[in-house]
Amino acid sequence: MGLKVENLTVYYQTLRGDVRALEHASFQLADGEIMGLAGESGCGKPPLGHSLIVLFPPMKYIAGRVEVDGEEIPIWDAEGMNTYRFRKISLIPQYAMNAMNPIRKIGKMIGELLEARGVDYKDMLPELKRRLDLVSLPHEVLNMYPIELSGGMKQRMVMVISSLLNPSLLIADEITSALDVATQKAVAEMLVEFRERQFINNLIVITHDISILYQIADSILIMYAGVLAEKAPTKSIIESPRHPYTRLLISSLPEVGVRFAEKRLMGIPGNPPLLLNPPAGCRFRERCPLAYERCLEEPPFIEVDKDHFVACWKEYENHAQAR
Amino acid sequence: MKKRSEVLYFTLRNKKLLIGSGIILIFLILALIGPSFTQYKPLDYASPRGAEPPSAKFWMGTTFFGQDVFSQFVNGLRATFVVGLLGGGLGTLVGMLIGFTAGYRGGIVDEILNAFTNIVLVIPTLAVLLIIAAYLQVRSLMMECLFIGLTAWPWAARAIRAQTFSLRTRDFVDLAKLSGMKPLRIIRDEIAPNMMSYLVLVFILQFGGAILTAATLDFIGLGPTNTISLGLMMQYAVLWGALPFGMWWWFVPPGLAITAIVGALYSMNVGLDEIFNPKLREI
Amino acid sequence: MRRYLIRKIVIYALTFFLAVTVDWLIPRFMPGDPIRNMLTRVSVASNATAIQMMYDYYARLFGLDLPLWQQYLNFWKALFQGDLGISTYLFPTPVVDVLKRAVPYDVFLLVPAILLGWYTGNKFGAFAARSKRLDNFVLPLSYILTATPYMWLGILLAWFFGIVLGIFPIAGAYSFSLRPTLSLTFALDLLHHWFLPFASIFIIEFGGWAIGMRNMIIYELEAEYSRYLNALGSPKSLVRKYAFNNAILPQITGLALKLGVIVAGALVTEVVFSYPGIGYLLLAAIQNQDYFLIQGCFLFIILGVLIANFVIDLVYLVVDPRTRRGMVGESA
Repeated sequence: MGLKVENLTVYYQTLRGDVRALEHASFQLADGEIMGLAGESGCGKPPLGHSLIVLFPPMKYIAGRVEVDGEEIPIWDAEGMNTYRFRKISLIPQYAMNAMNPIRKIGKMIGELLEARGVDYKDMLPELKRRLDLVSLPHEVLNMYPIELSGGMKQRMVMVISSLLNPSLLIADEITSALDVATQKAVAEMLVEFRERQFINNLIVITHDISILYQIADSILIMYAGVLAEKAPTKSIIESPRHPYTRLLISSLPEVGVRFAEKRLMGIPGNPPLLLNPPAGCRFRERCPLAYERCLEEPPFIEVDKDHFVACWKEYENHAQAR
Repeated sequence: MKKRSEVLYFTLRNKKLLIGSGIILIFLILALIGPSFTQYKPLDYASPRGAEPPSAKFWMGTTFFGQDVFSQFVNGLRATFVVGLLGGGLGTLVGMLIGFTAGYRGGIVDEILNAFTNIVLVIPTLAVLLIIAAYLQVRSLMMECLFIGLTAWPWAARAIRAQTFSLRTRDFVDLAKLSGMKPLRIIRDEIAPNMMSYLVLVFILQFGGAILTAATLDFIGLGPTNTISLGLMMQYAVLWGALPFGMWWWFVPPGLAITAIVGALYSMNVGLDEIFNPKLREI
Repeated sequence: MRRYLIRKIVIYALTFFLAVTVDWLIPRFMPGDPIRNMLTRVSVASNATAIQMMYDYYARLFGLDLPLWQQYLNFWKALFQGDLGISTYLFPTPVVDVLKRAVPYDVFLLVPAILLGWYTGNKFGAFAARSKRLDNFVLPLSYILTATPYMWLGILLAWFFGIVLGIFPIAGAYSFSLRPTLSLTFALDLLHHWFLPFASIFIIEFGGWAIGMRNMIIYELEAEYSRYLNALGSPKSLVRKYAFNNAILPQITGLALKLGVIVAGALVTEVVFSYPGIGYLLLAAIQNQDYFLIQGCFLFIILGVLIANFVIDLVYLVVDPRTRRGMVGESA
């Protein structure tokens, strides 16, 4: 059944007004699909990922619905969401290095968290140990404090905790940014393994590192300035991107498999628009080499090929002609 | 430019800062011009009838000995501001000197200064002050400022040291080092300006702390020997039966003034903190 | 863990050493001749034998004809023999005995006021951080309390409850009419006299710790481990519990750091209520220029603060696993 997001719109409240961080996002994930979420910094990756599980102020829900396995998820209800968090939707946070209470032994912390969620720690312990084995962590870590673990160990520990209750959707937020290349690869592969073993159904990997996505993602969603630009199977995004932004993004990478850092794309002139009061129409218009008058309207996010969605008038017209 | 106008905007909008500085200003004005509104010297025996409640002649009443409380009060306020300014200022200065040196030099210098700071931090300031003060026959207000400043610096030094540590590794400091700048100039030109807001906060807290310490010293009779102060007023009030005789006009004003001034300083501190650290601003 | 303890002990030993040295130095290097000053102004013990005794004592203790290092060593020797001189104000009681009589009152007054003030202040601060309305009321009030000089609050309480309402005594540790005995009447009388000085210290402590905890816990509730708990749907109670457990650590360190100020506050509170602890003694010593008594008070206060600091360090060791496992060398 997977994940279904419809017209999701989330703003950030600031003193200067609402920042329109995410608008009209609609997409679906098939069963077992691992999706990468990529784009420049400030494009709206975190708002999309976070709004599915931790929609707290200053984030503000505006519109849209989210379904997981056919069940509607009340993402706007900060309290009511607690039922779904951890069990249905879970998060591996960007700050995994500091995600665990520094003054509790890890096992005790997990125990208290599970008990608070109505799960018996003792019942869970054998499974917890199996999963520690799976990510090659010794069982002793349960008897240690977080500072006694290395960065890679903490990352794996948090992965195990976040996926412990077999959530349908797991969101991994920039998991690899704090790790060295070898550890990154191992961690990414473990996440795929989690899916293979059906600990999780869907996985959304938020990253600015496309090489990781190339290794593990089934599909990639590209965002630009708070709106969806393109979503397609990984191979299509890398080899035959359709959105002018994706093309520039991909071609600006020296070759696939090389990371690009969190910086503005040098290859594309101009900057993304400010989201406090973004221009009407296609938000990439001002930087787009192909822009024409129709781009003053907002382009729809349509399926131009099987599982290949694009928000671009040029592609829309090509598609209409082809039909 | 944009940043400056933003700070100004938040400054004018910040109630805590405005109320705090308003109270300070009122008392400061009172301390400056108050003494010219009374013809009595603080220790003159102005009223032959001894203790009198507030009246048109004696705005705050008189003491057990018939001294004018208003005159004592405004002159005491002066001493309070002097102690806050000089004692707090000296404490900040010494704290800066030790904090910057320890934080910037690091290594063995830091180890020694840090151990020294910790030692002075553990010793109860008042105990040291009282043993010094007790042996001095004549004590002036300036001496009191000096003692307070020289014993109040440790926590300022600790805070500044920690800040310097984090600034020391920043790019602009590296750049200055590479360009052959002298350490003192780096601290003065590169580090201190970046900590300006922090130093202001430290100074405000030292100011308040100095006032409270001075009040304590004065109250146990180790304050300046030749002037009046708010702490001394309270000591006299307690020693000469203001409580059993219900002479509230004698002991309420000095304590109230200290509380208001120090409380206003804390309020300013919180307000300024909100202005300097955008994270703390309420949305 | 051992490293942490050794470090602390070294610091305290050095502090004590320094304090004693200062104690020795000051009378010798102050301008003027303190001994002569002292002897000419020994008003209480004005008979010839007393003066002679005093003079002998000073001669022995100061040993001014000896080299300085010898004088210094003698000073330490006398200290270890519990010899702090003879009080001129309570002549001929040795200073140590005078202090020994006062210390129980200090312990009786200070320990409950400090511990209760700390505990309830922290609990209340954490509680206040929960609701905006409570916070808006509690925060200004707490700031006013921390700005209040100890003696002034003492004076106000004494005046209001002691004079205006007349329900509490405002002077002494027990009524003049009673002799210290192990009776219920005496115990109640003791408590009756104890209450107001206790309340003045307690209230100010309470305000200070409440603000500290409120500010710390708001910071901890934003910490990443709290956000992770929220993301995993943990109930508020667990998030708050963790935040409190983390926020209490700097408050423990804070207690050690503020001890000097609190003790100073307690001393003046004793003066207000003529409560016969070291603070009250100190005032008498200062007014009677009883230098040995002043020096004795100084050493006792320092010793008390150092011991309390060490106890707090031990507590910290129990509460913060990081110091126990030697992961962080030093946190205070």
